[in-house]
Amino acid sequence: MGEFKVHRVRFFNYVPSGIRCVAYNNQSNRLAVSRTDGTVEIYNLSANYFQEKFFPGHESRATEALCWAKGQRLFSAGLNGEIIEYDLQALNIKYSMDAFGGPIWSMAASPSDSQLLVGCEDGSVKLFQINPDKIQFERNFDLQKSRILSLSWNPSGTHIAAGSIDYISVFDVKSGSAIHKMLVDRQYMGVSKRKCIIWGVAFLSDGTVISVDSAGKVQFWDSATGTLVKTHLVANADVQSIAVSDQEDSFVVGTAEGTVFHFQLVSVTSNSSEKQWVRTKPFQHHTHDVRTVAHSPTALISGGTDTHLVIRPLMEKVEVKNYDAALRKITFPHRRLISCSKKRQLLLFQFSHHLDLWRLGSTVATGKHGDTLPLSKDADHLLHLKTKVSKMPAFLRSAVQILFSEDSTKLFVASNQGSLHIIRLLEGSFKHLHTFQAQSGTVESMCLLAVSPDGNWLAASGTSAGVHVYNVKRLKLHCTVPAYNFPVTALAIAPKTNNLVIAHSDQQIFEYSIPDKQYTEWSRTIQKQGFHYLWLQRDTPITHISFHPKRPMHILLHDAYMFCIIDKSLPLPNDKTLLYNPLPPTNESDVIRRRTAHAFKISKRYKPLLFMDLLDERTLVAVERPLDDIIAQLPPPIKKKKFGT
Amino acid sequence: MAALEEEFTLSAVPLGAGPDGLLGVEQCDKTDQFLITDSGRTVILYKVSDQKPLGSWSVKQGQVITCPAVCNFQTGEYIVVHDSKVLRLWTNEDVNLDKVFKATLSAEVYRILSIPGTEPLVLFKEGAVRGLEALLAEPQQKIETVISDEEVIKWTKFFMVFRHPALIFITEKHGNYFAYVQKFNSSVVSKYTLLLGQEEKSVIQSFTASLCRKFISLMSLSSDGCIYETLIPIHPSDPEKNQHQRVVRSLLLKTVVSGNARNALSVLDQDHVAVLGPPLPASKECLSIWNTKFQTLQISKELPQGTSGQLWYYGEHLFMLHGKILTVIPYKCEMSSLAGALGKLKHGQDPGTQTMPHFVNWETSQGLGSQNAEPSKRILRRRKIEASVQPEVPASQQLLSTIKKDSEKHIEMELRKFLAIKRTPDFHTVIGDIVIGLLGRCKTEPSFYPRNSLMQLIQMHVLSYSLCPGLMEVALEKTDVQMLQLCLQQFPDIPEAVTCACLKMFLSIGDDSLQETDVNMESVSDYSDAVQEEQMEEQTGILQNGFNPEEDNCDNCDKELSEKPQNTIEETTSCPVIPKRAALLNAVLHSAYSETFLLPHLKDIPAQHITLFLQYLYFLYLKCSENATMTLPGIHPPTLNQIMDWICLLLDANFTVVVMIPEAKSLLLSLYKFVKSQICICSELNKIEVSFRELQKLNQEKNNRELYSIEVLELF
Repeated sequence: MGEFKVHRVRFFNYVPSGIRCVAYNNQSNRLAVSRTDGTVEIYNLSANYFQEKFFPGHESRATEALCWAKGQRLFSAGLNGEIIEYDLQALNIKYSMDAFGGPIWSMAASPSDSQLLVGCEDGSVKLFQINPDKIQFERNFDLQKSRILSLSWNPSGTHIAAGSIDYISVFDVKSGSAIHKMLVDRQYMGVSKRKCIIWGVAFLSDGTVISVDSAGKVQFWDSATGTLVKTHLVANADVQSIAVSDQEDSFVVGTAEGTVFHFQLVSVTSNSSEKQWVRTKPFQHHTHDVRTVAHSPTALISGGTDTHLVIRPLMEKVEVKNYDAALRKITFPHRRLISCSKKRQLLLFQFSHHLDLWRLGSTVATGKHGDTLPLSKDADHLLHLKTKVSKMPAFLRSAVQILFSEDSTKLFVASNQGSLHIIRLLEGSFKHLHTFQAQSGTVESMCLLAVSPDGNWLAASGTSAGVHVYNVKRLKLHCTVPAYNFPVTALAIAPKTNNLVIAHSDQQIFEYSIPDKQYTEWSRTIQKQGFHYLWLQRDTPITHISFHPKRPMHILLHDAYMFCIIDKSLPLPNDKTLLYNPLPPTNESDVIRRRTAHAFKISKRYKPLLFMDLLDERTLVAVERPLDDIIAQLPPPIKKKKFGT
Repeated sequence: MAALEEEFTLSAVPLGAGPDGLLGVEQCDKTDQFLITDSGRTVILYKVSDQKPLGSWSVKQGQVITCPAVCNFQTGEYIVVHDSKVLRLWTNEDVNLDKVFKATLSAEVYRILSIPGTEPLVLFKEGAVRGLEALLAEPQQKIETVISDEEVIKWTKFFMVFRHPALIFITEKHGNYFAYVQKFNSSVVSKYTLLLGQEEKSVIQSFTASLCRKFISLMSLSSDGCIYETLIPIHPSDPEKNQHQRVVRSLLLKTVVSGNARNALSVLDQDHVAVLGPPLPASKECLSIWNTKFQTLQISKELPQGTSGQLWYYGEHLFMLHGKILTVIPYKCEMSSLAGALGKLKHGQDPGTQTMPHFVNWETSQGLGSQNAEPSKRILRRRKIEASVQPEVPASQQLLSTIKKDSEKHIEMELRKFLAIKRTPDFHTVIGDIVIGLLGRCKTEPSFYPRNSLMQLIQMHVLSYSLCPGLMEVALEKTDVQMLQLCLQQFPDIPEAVTCACLKMFLSIGDDSLQETDVNMESVSDYSDAVQEEQMEEQTGILQNGFNPEEDNCDNCDKELSEKPQNTIEETTSCPVIPKRAALLNAVLHSAYSETFLLPHLKDIPAQHITLFLQYLYFLYLKCSENATMTLPGIHPPTLNQIMDWICLLLDANFTVVVMIPEAKSLLLSLYKFVKSQICICSELNKIEVSFRELQKLNQEKNNRELYSIEVLELF
């Protein structure tokens, strides 16, 4: 396969924001995740946990609550006092509305999905009506004396529980008046704390209210009488989140110590109908505060300050014990944050609010496999871009994705209305050439673009509608690649042959000949034979595809834990062959070597790998972001006494 | 696991069943259809899954059906006999039996037998058999008499044996039973007398038979409530000579029903039989499924309205008259598992079916132990009833009877012959039985000790302690160390008490008597030679291992060690026991044990023997620590872990004793010193390991810290 010089880059100082809220939508099996910088991400749990949609955050918007309502409408509320609805098709904010109650701490959609409840800083609980196009303020509930940090509806929709500081209120929805006020003990292990914050409440259909608070307690209350039924002390620090399953037979809480506890309703003795809540399983997948948890029918989902999204399947609920039943830990975004200028050896890093430009170093030395070469020139940090150019025309302001042609004369912009703009770049100015309108009836934004190196073809893909290929010369739609069940994770057009290579979230790869408007022979062959089972079991999507400038048979692609060069001329591996062989074939004869060689040349040397590309035929650039470096930039976790330390 | 499903009835109106029940239930050429013949005049064709009749035919008033209607599987016609001699053939289209084909025969018919794949046979009351076609061609042909006067046919069954039809029928005369087997490829009738064994008084109530490779396994339910099995060969070894043979029956299941009522038996498959009858004299009738292999009751269903004592089994259905109504109970048997055979029902109890509390339940039987003090109602192993010389008796039975009386030499020869023949699946139990037979004779005849035979049997690698419980005790009695060694090596399940008894003997037996024995020495490499050669190296060897640090805590012991090295070496490097004893002790070291059970027995070993064993273990320990891999030379030597475990065990069990006796004092002291020096080495090794680990960590960190580097990568 050959020897490469690899620029191993670790100076991309990317730190993902901590997770603030997660909301699970049972109907579409999707998960909405909001981060502390206001970013909202949508994960499709059916499509191999792919992060298919993404709404960038803003400094002024800190989300504190996130919820699904009316089927698949997504709302968030935050400390700027606004309720925001997201447009999941166009990938922008539909509208924002001030609730006029100061910062919003909590939000809950009614079980009937027609009403939205928010809890505000000033102690007000506000009820909004959800209309088809907007939400409308309906009324206030009785004003409480301090901020409302958590809210939960009774599944029948008649009562709500609101967690505040030191007490929980139970409201009657019809009258809007508080019928019970349940005081929470401030005492914590004999020591009186200043305040006891109710971080989360859950209202069950039998009238039980479960609360979690800053004193480390999980408490069960009877909402009819307003009395405490049972207390579980689960942590020495705050219990910050709670989520109950739809069947109300299990719930999950997350603590500031990074532990997630699973509670289950189990029979007191076998065959008895009397059931009781029992703390069954602790999970320690986080190092920092678990700010939020969700309970899907088959998994516990948690996220927090340590930026990992953890999806822990409940083995007793999993029917098929396959690779999908494995624990998932999602840390890095499933899109490309780095772009590279091959000729000038520049790397551009995308952060949430700024850009960094670096120039790669160089070396004159040579070496053998595994050597680190002495640098003749180190890498330079060239630019730190923070200001945005505001001279753009209005239609370009809301771009979802932009792409330059290979010769830098054209700019392709995917707008959030589903249309694609082509702009000719001139010295110091630009000219709008053409707009490809969205396909009739859809407003889905295109979030992946690829242009052929000769500039003739433009491929664009949304999250569901398939890949469209446009002829840039004739300015018309050339063809649409047959739709596939799983979203596209990466796209690229090969030089010369103009073959479009598409990677999907189920780890399938297709090669589609644009001139012939059909899948290539190689693509058909690999679909017929199937991919190696280990290839299909990888749990991060392919985020970038590129090609070898001199060898048209080679395709380079990578995910977060490996990169692979596919040599289409070699035989495909079957399930019996060794897919990944890190060791050099030392004393084997050439015959064996040829017999065991297969098309997938995989290296796992660089990880977590955020970007990899071929600079020229003998040089690669790999951008790594070691987890230790991210952890080093997080606030210190709660110190726990460990045995022997 | 066998299971009875929900029963259903076939006819809402009671059949015209007489006091003797139905004449018969027979299969039809279409699945799921059965011909039911009542004891009057009617034949009804039922479709069982629909529970409805498809057709009904009656003979004229005044005529009586004497033989159940059957279906000719080759033509699809039905055949019935009325008034003993008149044969009627008809099809589904016919309405009136009076108008169908009729043939009057010259002799009285006992039964017409029909099974798929061959033409029906007609069995006459005198025992003659004819094919239907031949009979119809010439209905008035003369029928010969096969059975003697006063002999009455009781039961018959028709089989296909390797694509050849074979017929068996049982006759009775003055309480004696005879079996006739007729094969139609050779047209030879073989007659057998059924020997009833000890229970001479019993009357056989019901028969059933199945094919079991080269035998017809005939099961009979006797009036004593037990099921017996008789194996009747299909191919008699010498048909000319053995015109009249005797066959024994062996007890298969004990007391499954109370013998007074009308009981019925039907074999379901290889391991299961269905028994109809009351389990207790006073109780109601039950249908029970028994597993003959494990001797367990699988399921039972109470039939409170009583039955006619008849049971038919076809495919997956059991047919019986419950009260006056024909009842079908679907029966299913999944693969037998041990848990299933022990009576644990997989799907819990079906409503309506109850396991009779009378049957011994495995889970509660411990509590009932005192009640069942009377001779156990069931025996767990099939007990063959002894019979005088029979040509059909298996070779193992012959051997067992040889063992009873012949000389050691003859037994040995017979055994060799027996072992040379092919192994059967139950080979290990047969071997176990033989060993038990031999041991039984040993006990009665003190002079009898067939050592060679026993050794030969142990070396078959199929025995375990539990298969022949008395063997090691006998060997201990005879101080046969060679056999004990063999047992220790071969048996996986020796109780700790026996292991300890062996150890005691190995330690106490005199050197002279040991020299005479022929002990397997492969676990002992020639220590004495090694000692001679290594004596010079030894001196430094120990010191090298017992390294020489300047630390205070270890100074003393080391000084002491180096002060009198000669002494120590004398004491430790020569093997304290002779090689033969060493080999025996190694066998003990290798055997499996559980500490809690072994410890109390170790306390019984005398102090000087404990010291000797400790000395030997210490010697092995020293030998082990001589090389880096910590192993002993030789084939299959004791491992270091085994040695350490035994040292600890011995010290635990006899600590006060060992501390008190003066001769053990120096041994304990040197053992202590050696262990201490080893600990010093280990702690030093620990330090080295930690430093290496840190080095590696530093190395890795250095690699990972750099923010930017250019590396060379080769893809293979």
